[in-house]
Amino acid sequence: MITLAHTLTLSAVLFSLSVAGIFLNRKNVLLLLMCIELLLLAANFNFIAFSRYLHQLDGQIFVFFVLTVAAAEAAIGLAIVVVLFRDRRTIDVEELNRLEG
Amino acid sequence: MTLPLFLFYCFAAILVCAALGVIVSRNTVYSALSLVMCFVTSAAIWLLLEAEFLALVLVLVYVGAVMVLFLFVVMMLDVDVEKLRAGFTRFAWLGWIIAAVVVFEIVGVVLGRKLGVDVTRPSIPVAANASNTTELGVLLYSHYVYPFEIAAMLLLVAIVAAIALTHRHRQGLKVQDISRQVAVRASDRVRLVKMEATQRK
Amino acid sequence: MNSTLNPTLLASIPLLPLAAALLAGLAGKTIGRAASAAVAITGVAFACALSCVVLLQLTAGHAADYDGTLYTWLVTDGVHMQVGFLVDHLTVLMMVVVTFVSLCVHVYTIGYMHDDPGYQRFFAYISLFTFAMLMLVMSNNFMQLFFGWEAVGVVSYLLIGFWFTRPSAIFANLKAFLVNRVGDFGFLLGIAAVLYYTGSLDYHTVFAAAPTIVAKSVPFVSAQPGSAITLICVCLFIGAMGKSAQMPLHVWLPDSMEGPTPISALIHAATMVTAGIFMVARMSPLFELSQTALSLVLIIGASTALFMGLLGIINNDIKRVIAYSTLSQLGYMTAGLGASAYSVAIFHLMTHAFFKALLFLAAGAVIIAMHHEQDMRKMGGLRHRMPVTYWTAMIGSLALIGTPFFSGFFSKDALLDVIHASRHWGSTYAYWCVLLGLFVTALYTFRMMFLTFHGEERLDHHTAEHFHDVGWDMKAPLVALAIPSLLIGWLTIDPLLFGGFFNDAIRVLPEQNMVAEMARTWHGATNFAFGAFRSLPMYIAAAGVATAWVFVLWRPQWGDAVRARFAAVNVILDNKFYFDWINENVLAPLARGVGYLLWRAGDQAIIDTTAVNGSADTIGWLAGVTRRMQSGFLYSYAFWMIIGLAALLGWFLSGLSGS
Repeated sequence: MITLAHTLTLSAVLFSLSVAGIFLNRKNVLLLLMCIELLLLAANFNFIAFSRYLHQLDGQIFVFFVLTVAAAEAAIGLAIVVVLFRDRRTIDVEELNRLEG
Repeated sequence: MTLPLFLFYCFAAILVCAALGVIVSRNTVYSALSLVMCFVTSAAIWLLLEAEFLALVLVLVYVGAVMVLFLFVVMMLDVDVEKLRAGFTRFAWLGWIIAAVVVFEIVGVVLGRKLGVDVTRPSIPVAANASNTTELGVLLYSHYVYPFEIAAMLLLVAIVAAIALTHRHRQGLKVQDISRQVAVRASDRVRLVKMEATQRK
Repeated sequence: MNSTLNPTLLASIPLLPLAAALLAGLAGKTIGRAASAAVAITGVAFACALSCVVLLQLTAGHAADYDGTLYTWLVTDGVHMQVGFLVDHLTVLMMVVVTFVSLCVHVYTIGYMHDDPGYQRFFAYISLFTFAMLMLVMSNNFMQLFFGWEAVGVVSYLLIGFWFTRPSAIFANLKAFLVNRVGDFGFLLGIAAVLYYTGSLDYHTVFAAAPTIVAKSVPFVSAQPGSAITLICVCLFIGAMGKSAQMPLHVWLPDSMEGPTPISALIHAATMVTAGIFMVARMSPLFELSQTALSLVLIIGASTALFMGLLGIINNDIKRVIAYSTLSQLGYMTAGLGASAYSVAIFHLMTHAFFKALLFLAAGAVIIAMHHEQDMRKMGGLRHRMPVTYWTAMIGSLALIGTPFFSGFFSKDALLDVIHASRHWGSTYAYWCVLLGLFVTALYTFRMMFLTFHGEERLDHHTAEHFHDVGWDMKAPLVALAIPSLLIGWLTIDPLLFGGFFNDAIRVLPEQNMVAEMARTWHGATNFAFGAFRSLPMYIAAAGVATAWVFVLWRPQWGDAVRARFAAVNVILDNKFYFDWINENVLAPLARGVGYLLWRAGDQAIIDTTAVNGSADTIGWLAGVTRRMQSGFLYSYAFWMIIGLAALLGWFLSGLSGS
């Protein structure tokens, strides 16, 4: 049977893959946003798993809200990328260094 | 090895490969499509985990709306694909190491520590005629009404913000600026001049 | 009848000269020369008279010693710093000597400084000096002693450089001040040690506590018991070495002859230089407890006595010869202190004050008559031209060499006897030094007398024409000083040394008390004088006089022959045993080098560059390093966030495993 350990391990792997993605990506802002979506997916996995094994639906409610927030965040993030692209004509992460100290 | 477990392993393998595909792809469109694959297989796994409503929501909302949005943006931004093909950075090895460290840490917590739950015990399945959606609805509109409303407000804000950020003024458009019209004063429009009365010839 | 001394009377003794000094110094130009002189002389005359009154009260009137505080300056951490007087027999003797010599010098100044534009300033200075010296001797605590000590040093500096437009005078007064400073440094360390070990600066408390600190040792320096008291005494003696010009801190005294002769008489013969001797005698309760310190005092004193005398033999400046004589006699006094014969040393101090001041004033008279010519080779045969000066100077010289019945004889021979009898370490060496010193003393003294007053006149034409003898304002002090030079020894040796005069002031341990041993064979002053004919010292002195006569009057050419034969010795003596050379070429560059090093390495390199600027630069550097984290690159921020996350996870895991 699917045990908690299986699900949690899967979620951990997804999480670390998204972390690696954020790391390794130097060229594409959109890829960054996609990795963030993966991250949120991994967190959602955790919630679902615990919700099932503790027989409480609160975990699934929380996934609900995470999905909402993730959608909102994706929308705004993409809007920012679009505006940025209009200005800088590139989505290369290495070129986005105007916040330097 | 029961059927659910076998299916779980299959879907999990596809999920992990798709996630790898997201990271590794040179083409952004391929990455986006791999992400779609991730979500779809996740939905399948969630079904196995008896979270039916959420699995469907994932496909409908996440894949159907958010990922479509992603693809729109990817295709709209005329990115230089050649430049994107340039290889990984010199810190690639460090990234993989960090990822491995994180995995081991989390797995170490899960398998080695006492989480208060016996992680190796399978759970008792829910009754076949229990409706996940009904129960979710009951919980959502009774205990979690306020967060629900606030989430709705959040979505509204997101919509407005996204439009406001990307909105472009069309050039050459004659538009009324209401606030300027209202803020006009008499002295901006009218100038009173005193003049001598002149004789009529 | 037992009476007590009046504090107001005691306070007026130093304050009257001070008032006179202030008046003459600040308003001198307004009130004029004669008035300034009158004010100063009146002040000192009253001080002298009152000192004699106090002496009478203490001796004949059997008044009790006065030890009291007049004014508490400040109290800090349990230590009282106050102005107070301790007037016992030792003090009153010093008071009388100081005020009497000062009075003579004040009167002498009228004639000597007659033509000098700084007339009023001079009177102000010498009255100020009298005040400072009196505060020193009348003090009942170390703080006031140090005040007086420094004050006499300052006034000495002002007076040596009185003719401040002369570069040699400025060099001399700076030299005097700096060498005294070195001594004062040791002195201050000694006072600090006294304060540390006894917790008080008051003489009474310190002397009472002295036996309790005998067993203490000095941390970090020596673990031997008794080293604490040795340290205190040695440091105090270093101060005395500076002030009383013992080797090697003697180098300032010959140069101090740049000042006018009256001050050479007052300060550098009779009073200031004896402050060191007085101080050691006053501290006899402390010095008696340290054998090491006493041996050191003895050896240094005896060495100074001999070697400084040797330098007087070859000098041609009349004042310098007398200066070296002073150095030598101070060495005698110091040696007496070192032999635990404090009363004899003070006795010699008193007699020496009179005949040395006399000799200096006589030399001053000769210089004035010769129109400021000081080279003895240009003098000669002056006894016919200046008879009063000649005879008083002769009395002084005979007293100096220790002719029987003259005052110097009693004190010098008593010193020789106690040093011979002393059982301190180094006393044998000291005895031979002071014995040979008798020959040397007689030699240089009578060389000076013969060159100046006897023989044929070697005056150059111009000087001979303008030669005129000095007036009675300068001859009266000579006579006034000649009388005690003749009589005071014979009159006072009995009560001073053997009559318990200093019983209340000087403490000597019974096993070291050579004076008490002398007392056993004492048959009176007259017998002592006649006994001289049966003992060695008188004949040694006579041999010195004879040698001087041979080399100066009978066969002068032999002097040149000797000088050529012993050229190396001559060079050493000419260079004053190279003390000045070492100071100028070794110690001074060393000090300057240390200062330079501290400036460059210590101040500039370490403090400025490393600490002050370095801390600012480090912050700047750190900011520069930290600034690199704000690269503006998104991936770098993400990188660090994730590293942090992994680290946090690891920390929590390890925390869980630990707890």
